[in-house]
Parts: sequence; structure tokens; C-alpha cells
Amino acid sequence: MDVFGSFALVLAFVCAVYAFVAGIAAIVTRHPLLVKSTRQAGIATCCLVFLATLSLEYLFFSDNFSNAYVVSHSNRDLSTFFKIAALWSGQEGSLLFWSFLLSIYVFSVLIAYRNKNGELMPYVGVVMAGVQIFFLTLNNFVESPFKALAAPGADGVLSYVARADGNGLNPLLQYPEMVIHPPNLYSGYTGFTIPFAFALGALLARYPGEKWIHLTRRWTMIAWMFQSVGILLGAHWAYAVLGWGGYWGWDPVENASLLPWLTGTAFLHSVMMQEKRGMMKVWNVWLVFATFLMCILGTFLTRSGVVSSVHAFAQSNLGNWFVGFIAIVLLVCLGAYLKNRDYLKSENQLDSIVSRESSFLFNNLLFLVACVAILSGTLFPVFSEWFTGDRISVGAPFFNKVNIPIGLLILFLTGVGPLLAWRKTSTESLKRNFGLPLAIGIVAGAIAFALGFRELYSLACLLLCVFVAATIVLEFYRGAKVIHARSGASFAACAIDLTMRNTRRYGGYIVHMGMVFVFIGLAGAAFNRDTQQDMRVGQTMQIGPYTLLLQGFDAKPEKNYTAQRMLVEVLRDNKPLMMLYPEKRRFQANEQNGTMVAIYSTLKEDLYVVYAGENPETQMPVIHAFLNPLVKWIWFGGVFVVFGTLVALLPNRRAVLVLAGAQQPLTQHLQPGLTPSVTLREGHD
Amino acid sequence: MKKQTKFGVGISVIVIALAFLAWLGYGESKTYYHTIAELQTLTGSARSQRMRVGGTVAAGSIHRLSGRVDFVLQGEGKALPVTYIGSDPLPDTFVDKSQALVEGRPASDGRFVAEHVQAKCASKYEAAPGGGAASGSSPQSSM
Repeated sequence: MDVFGSFALVLAFVCAVYAFVAGIAAIVTRHPLLVKSTRQAGIATCCLVFLATLSLEYLFFSDNFSNAYVVSHSNRDLSTFFKIAALWSGQEGSLLFWSFLLSIYVFSVLIAYRNKNGELMPYVGVVMAGVQIFFLTLNNFVESPFKALAAPGADGVLSYVARADGNGLNPLLQYPEMVIHPPNLYSGYTGFTIPFAFALGALLARYPGEKWIHLTRRWTMIAWMFQSVGILLGAHWAYAVLGWGGYWGWDPVENASLLPWLTGTAFLHSVMMQEKRGMMKVWNVWLVFATFLMCILGTFLTRSGVVSSVHAFAQSNLGNWFVGFIAIVLLVCLGAYLKNRDYLKSENQLDSIVSRESSFLFNNLLFLVACVAILSGTLFPVFSEWFTGDRISVGAPFFNKVNIPIGLLILFLTGVGPLLAWRKTSTESLKRNFGLPLAIGIVAGAIAFALGFRELYSLACLLLCVFVAATIVLEFYRGAKVIHARSGASFAACAIDLTMRNTRRYGGYIVHMGMVFVFIGLAGAAFNRDTQQDMRVGQTMQIGPYTLLLQGFDAKPEKNYTAQRMLVEVLRDNKPLMMLYPEKRRFQANEQNGTMVAIYSTLKEDLYVVYAGENPETQMPVIHAFLNPLVKWIWFGGVFVVFGTLVALLPNRRAVLVLAGAQQPLTQHLQPGLTPSVTLREGHD
Repeated sequence: MKKQTKFGVGISVIVIALAFLAWLGYGESKTYYHTIAELQTLTGSARSQRMRVGGTVAAGSIHRLSGRVDFVLQGEGKALPVTYIGSDPLPDTFVDKSQALVEGRPASDGRFVAEHVQAKCASKYEAAPGGGAASGSSPQSSM
């Protein structure tokens, strides 16, 4: 199977090169057969990558311990669930997985548009093939996952050897989140290739109008959604597994995943300027280019170990390949832009500082400043070494100082932006739209202050969250009221109807609401508390309103590890509430340890209990307990974001206007079989 | 005021304010990275700065005492005794022969006092159960 897999990968590489070269020839000659054969080569590339990936999974499932990658990342006792995830647990497999996910996107694009956009697709195909060639080069020639173990025999000739068992999967990765976090994040990284290919293709082809934006809107949103989920799952994994009580540490790899998300979010907003007003064309094209480059850079940071990080894989020569690829992409983008920049002339100018346009402008500015700040903070060790010879790194205070105010300003714009009119907003409309939400926000802020929320940023955050939530609820209410007046249906039904008529707008509001929830959760971090104590059986410790009573220990042998559990009873006001079981796990295959945090989570706060080992002097076990307010809102917000994005992906339902009085006579004049329908085509904004 | 000027002023205020905050944050958290060999050649104020040092945890060197953990980091043939005094529990990946990154300041007695320790497990586990038969084996491309 390893021979089959590596053969499929080589063929995939050949097909991708053909798709690239023949694609350029097809663009020059415009020969229909050449166009068709290019497309089919693209599809073949994808299918071959699928086969290679399947064959690596087959090696895992058949416990083939003659393959070096399988030996390093699996063992016989590893459960089926984790054997799937073992595919992306190391360098070589991750890169193959990148190619695999990219191939799913490329395959879908090639099939979906096979008879459409004939002028544009060859260009898009060439760009996609170019990206595939890069990753297939790595898969084939730099980091092949299909290396077999071999040892010199008695006669000095190398021959294949197989181990009896593998070294097992890294314990840190043996958690359910680790099975779904990387696929989500990688689907985000790879997915931004599609809008990039369309943007670059349209620029090269001088493809008329804003069509590429319409074509890629859904692809961008899908990639964005996966990226968002991936980031949140990563944060949740860090929270539930690493046992330090937090979910975000400004680690280089975490930052790397945030960078394309920031530029991608900026792009999702600024395209509306181009669609509605024909503005910011250059900006949008460069935002897509930047997002794609950030995705490649993110992969590079994770894979090359250029910036030291807990996650980053060991130092490798991969770095040069990525730097080279980034340089080539940058040059191609710059060349295409310089050659065809006259095609990106703006049709309008900014009219007023209190307008939708200007809110988008500031939104983009803030996202971009955040991106630049995080990027420079992350790469600071590299740059400082170049310029001064010293490797200087910056830590959490740097990132927090810049990004907390940016986050709050963006939150403010989330509430204000969608309600400002295009071009210019009148004072009356400002009063009408923001008077009530602002009042509610201020009242909520005052209550929070009275309840002891004294930390400036947290208080501002909470006030803004309430303000934004109020504007969103009010928007739903106003729209539903109009429909309610016409149809008389219930408010809930009217709100759903409203959403379905303009999924993009109201789906967007739901996403904004999700972000409000995330911000509520982030605001809680200022009030985290923790305490640590040696515990004897029967002893108690106090944290906030909770009393922890250590009832005993047990050892639970599992297939792949042995778990040492603490049996901790949680009491509140001296009443038993529940049992928590923080664990220490010992994995047999690689003699490593794992921690399993026990969390009692409510909307108000998380009680987070860690079995922190033994005190070496007293030989007593230690409990490290944290009280983290509002954390659950973050995960809850994530669910909202996904839901809102899915809503926004739906096509608009054309509303049938039920004009009770006017419609009756109309029906009678019509021939049978013709339904009278006045369609409401609401513009998306 | 012309509207371009208004936008210009708005954008400048935001960017300058954020740049100022970034500069503050930089001053507060900048940390030098040194190798163990470099650390021994540092003199004067460079020695008392906050810094990170990376290396491999020497086998059998971890001693857990009350309120602190002592261990030895090795790299480039040099050794550095470290005392960890942070309050967070050490990561599970912190074991003999793991790669560790310690953050803190060198003390006057030659020890390094660390407030944070990051660790990642060695990327290759050579002595694996059942691997005895294939000891000395090396990955080779099947192609």
C-alpha cells in the first residue's frame, strides 16, 4: 500500500504540472479541447490525492508498522477514532492532509463550474494547479509520508523491516477536539485558496465587473466558518487539555491561525463596498492575496519551527520551500496587479464620515492593524535577529495591549456599522436607531459596575456587548413587525420569514450576535481566580462559592493508558452538587503523561479542577482549582457564528406578498395554473 | 474641514494610539533569547535582562522540591542548572530528554531562575516497546 500511495502522489504531481502548463497553453490558444483536457487533469490530480490519502489511512488501520510514519504516530491499541486523526498528527501526514483538503475544494470548483464562466475558469484552474504543485512537491520530494523502515541486512543490502508495534500517538493529541480541530483549521487555510484563485484569475483575465466576488462569496464564507470553528476548537482544546486554566496564550501557532481569519473577516466586509458602490477594488484584491499569503505563512510557522512554540514541529528544511513559495506568490500577485491595475479603478468616492462606507473603512483598518500587530509580534524574534543579532520575543502584554482596544472598537462598529445608511446618515436616523440600544447598554453598564465589574476594559466590553445585542434584536423586531402587520403570523414565524428573505443580512446579524457572546466570554477573563492546595482524603478546599471535598482515588486501566483519578465532590452552600474526576493519564506506548481537566461549566462561571501531581515534600496530591467566569459564552458564541454563517449561505427565499385585500380580485382575472405572485426581491446589504 | 482630512485625522489618531500601546507592551514584555553557551558569555546589564533559554532536559536531573523544581538544561555541549519557581504546574510534556524553553533571569550564583517553562516532547521516541528487533533502523524512502 505504501508503494501504491507514493505512486498515486507522483501521478498527482504529474497531473498537476500538466494542468498548470496545459492551462497556460489553453489560455493562449483558447482551444476548446485543451481547455477540457486541462480541467480533466485538474480533476484527476484531486482523485489521485484522495487515493494517496486513503492508502495512508489504510496503512494506519492495517497496523502496518513497516511504514515510518505509522510507526511514529500509531500503535495497535490506538482506537479507530484516533487512527483517523493520526493521519494529521505529524509533519508528513499534515502536509498530505493539506493537499487532500485543497483537492476537495479544487474538485468541487472544477465540477461546479465545468460549463460556466468559460472565460474565467482556465485562469482559475491554472492558479489552483499552481498551489497544488507546491504542496505535491512537498508531499513527494521533501516530506513523504510513505517512507518504509529499512535496515542493512547481513549482506549489507538494505531491506524492509517491520516493527511489532508503533510508538503511539502523542497523548496531547488523544482528545476528541484534536480529531476535529485540525480538519477545521486546515479546511479554513486551504479554503481561502479558492477566493484567491478567482481574484487572481479575474485580475489576469481582466474579467468584467464584480462577478468574481459573487462567485466566491460562498466559498469565502465556508472557509471563514471552518477557520473560525478551527480557532475556537483549538482554544477549547488548550483549555480542556493543557491544564493551565486559559484558552489563549498568544503562542506563535495560535497567532498564525488568527492572521488569515483577520484579513478574511476584513475581506468579507469590504467586498460589500465593491458590490454596492464599486469602491475599494484594489483593496479587496489585495485583501484576498494577503489572506492567502497569511494561510501559507500560517502553515509555514506551524510546520517549520521558525518561531519556537509548543505546537511547532521540529526544525526542518521545509522553511526554505515555504519562503520560496511565498516570494513567488507575492511576485505573481504584484506583477498581475501592476499589469492590470487600470481595471481596478474605483467608481465612487467616500461622501461622509458617518456612513456605511466609512464604517467599513474603519472596520478594515482595525482588522488590518490587528493583523499587522500580531504578525510583527509573532515574527519579532526573527526580525530582531536579522537587524540586531539578538533574538527578542514579545509576550502576552504586547498582544493584549494592542488587541483589546482594537477588539472593543470593532465590537462598537459591529453595532453601529450595519445600521448606518450608505453615503450619509441623518441625525434623526442615528437617534432612531441607536437611542434605545445606547440607553440599554448604559443601564447594563451601570448595573455591572454596581455588581463589582470595575475593570475598565471588561466593563466597556460588557456595555458594548449589550449595546450591540440590543441593536441586533431591534433590527429583527422592526423587520418582523412589518411582516406581522401584513400577515398576522406570530412574531417568531415572522422573524424566521424575515431571515429567509434576506439570509445574507440576517445571517450576518446572527454571526454578529455570536461574536457578542464570544466577547462576553472574553470579558470574564479579567476576573479569573485560582488556588492550589495539598489534599488529604476527606479534606476540603474552598474556591468562590464552591467547596471541593476529596473523597478518594482510583486507578482506571484503559486500553491505551492508565488513568489515576481523583474523586472530588463539589458542594455549594454545603449541599452536594456533583462529582468531578480530574485525571492523570499514563500512556503505555510512549511512557508519556496526560492531564484530564474536570470542568463544571455554567453560564456564570467554570469550576476548573486539575490534578496537579504530588507535593514532593509531603507526598500529598495537589489540586489546582480555577474559577473562570463566563467562559462558556465563548463556545456558545462559536455555535451561533456557525449557525449564522450557515443561514447566510442559504439562497434568499423569494417572499410572496400576501396583500389580503388587493389580491382577491387579481386572482379571478388570471388563467388557472398561473399563481399570482408578487415577488419581493430584497437587496442584500 | 475637508472630508479627506477628517478621514486622515481619524485614521492617524487610531494608528498612532495603537502604535503607542504596542510600544508600551513591547517594553513590558520583551524577552531576549539566548542559547546556553551565549548565556555564559553575557556580561553587565545583558545578564540581568529577562530572557528565554532553550535546551534539552538532562536525563535524571529533575528534582521536585517544595515550591520549586530543579533541573539541568543541556545544549551545544554546555549545561545550565535551572530552578523553576512559577506557580503553574509543569506541562505533562516536561520529562527527561524533552526540549524545554525556560523564561526568567539568571541568578548571581550561576543558576537560572525560571518563571515559565514550556516543553515539547522529543520528536522521535527511539526506545519504543517492541522496537528492539529493529534497533538501528532508519526511515528510508520506498521510492
